[in-house]
Amino acid sequence: MISGIITGALLLLFIGGWIWMWRPERKAEFDAAAQLPLAEDGEVKS
Amino acid sequence: MSTSTKAFYNDKVVTQFAVATVIWGIVGMLVGVLIAAQLYWPALNFDLPFLTYSRLRPLHTNAVIFAFGGCALFATSLYVVQRTSHVRLLSDGLASFVFWGWQLVIVLAAVTLPLGLTQGKEYAELEWPIDILIAVVWVSYAVLFFGTLAKRRVKHIYVANWFYGAFILTIALLHIVNNISIPVSLTKSYPVYSGAVDAMVQWWYGHNAVGFFLTAGFLGIMYYFVPKQAQRPIYSYRLSIVHFWALIAIYMWAGPHHLHYTSLPDWAQSLGMVFSLVLLAPSWGGAINGIMTLSGVWHKLRTDPILKFLIVSLSFYMMSTFEGPMMSIKEVNALSHYTDWTIGHVHSGALGWVAMISIGALYALFPRLLGTKQMYSVKWIDTHFWMHTIGVVFYIASMWIAGVMQGLMWRAQNADGTLTYTFVESLNATYPYYLARLGGGLLVLAGMVLMAINLIKTFQMVRDNRPAPVLEPDPAEARS
Repeated sequence: MISGIITGALLLLFIGGWIWMWRPERKAEFDAAAQLPLAEDGEVKS
Repeated sequence: MSTSTKAFYNDKVVTQFAVATVIWGIVGMLVGVLIAAQLYWPALNFDLPFLTYSRLRPLHTNAVIFAFGGCALFATSLYVVQRTSHVRLLSDGLASFVFWGWQLVIVLAAVTLPLGLTQGKEYAELEWPIDILIAVVWVSYAVLFFGTLAKRRVKHIYVANWFYGAFILTIALLHIVNNISIPVSLTKSYPVYSGAVDAMVQWWYGHNAVGFFLTAGFLGIMYYFVPKQAQRPIYSYRLSIVHFWALIAIYMWAGPHHLHYTSLPDWAQSLGMVFSLVLLAPSWGGAINGIMTLSGVWHKLRTDPILKFLIVSLSFYMMSTFEGPMMSIKEVNALSHYTDWTIGHVHSGALGWVAMISIGALYALFPRLLGTKQMYSVKWIDTHFWMHTIGVVFYIASMWIAGVMQGLMWRAQNADGTLTYTFVESLNATYPYYLARLGGGLLVLAGMVLMAINLIKTFQMVRDNRPAPVLEPDPAEARS
């Protein structure tokens, strides 16, 4: 019983994670994050 | 003025760890080649206790996993966290301590393991004083890494750092829990766990060392160096987040597949098998994310040997993360367990995935650290790539054949229920494959030596890169 509830809750959490991740308004943030390794090497501006 | 030193990244510790990776890679693989040769020519232990297979095998595994793989992870994680956080490491002193502390651990392992001092736990052989040193160095590393992340100058924590972070946190937890023991002398201790619980703790540790040290850490390398080398952002940043959480949530439960058909409760074995099977999805999610980053620029694979290392490492990753879940199925495991198939599987992961992504990342890293455009010889990188790839294929193919053959011979029964073959008959049948494996290992080792020569030449090239002096003109042609 309890293991079934936990499994169900984890499954919902997983599906919820996908939905949360794929919300269109997050796209810009993720696109910007994906550019982080491509920034030029060199001195840190401070 | 006080901020002037803060305006540069700390690349000293990165360079130290990167060079150490190459050195320990050669040492660890040399020991591997020696013990592979001992399996073919047993006389090669020269009847010396410290050269016996039983003592050198843990030295090999510790050297390649924790010295070679570990230094690659330290080097790349400390490089990546600075670059993607746009900030210098938290503390130079702490960075030096982590480097020299880790080298001390490696040297202590290289001394104690041949002496036969061991806890007898696979991949956790080192005795308690060294375990305490490891814990201290590791916590310092965690402070260094997370402290640097905390003072990052960008909003987002790049996904590679998530993987490195999970690797650092989990290894601390695994190492400390699995090594809780009662010392009876400076060189001897007994675990606090006993029986099936001890076995379960050990393989909870063992499999998560695979999952977090040999997988999550190296996925951190993948998420920085594949986009960097391909000059394109990762295929799907969203997929990287989903597969991160799925991977770390599932790996934790897969350990019992190392204990099929033992005194571990049956339900725990089945649980381990089911989680291992589910693990295929997040593993391939990550690999596909890396490979698809090249979508549209596949032609770069033809000309860039570094990219070849990185992408072929992902192919090996996909192969071994398909093979692993299959081997965790109890019926398959009944055939594969205790045979050389397991050794083949481990090396397709370790030499194919872990070593190749590390080598690729190092070839990308060294020129950046040394301020030059590329390594001394790009051609040699390509040669190394082929030596390594052919070596790994030789290695794993011979171990597959040997392993399946052993499994079939061990279980073969006559009509009256007696065993068809003695153990020594299966050993005899394995001999040719041990020779083929040795050949593959030698190719991989030779490739590492070529890498070291290329590295030395690159250092010399950089040293010679002084400003060119103005040449005095020939007097006959000189203007007055």
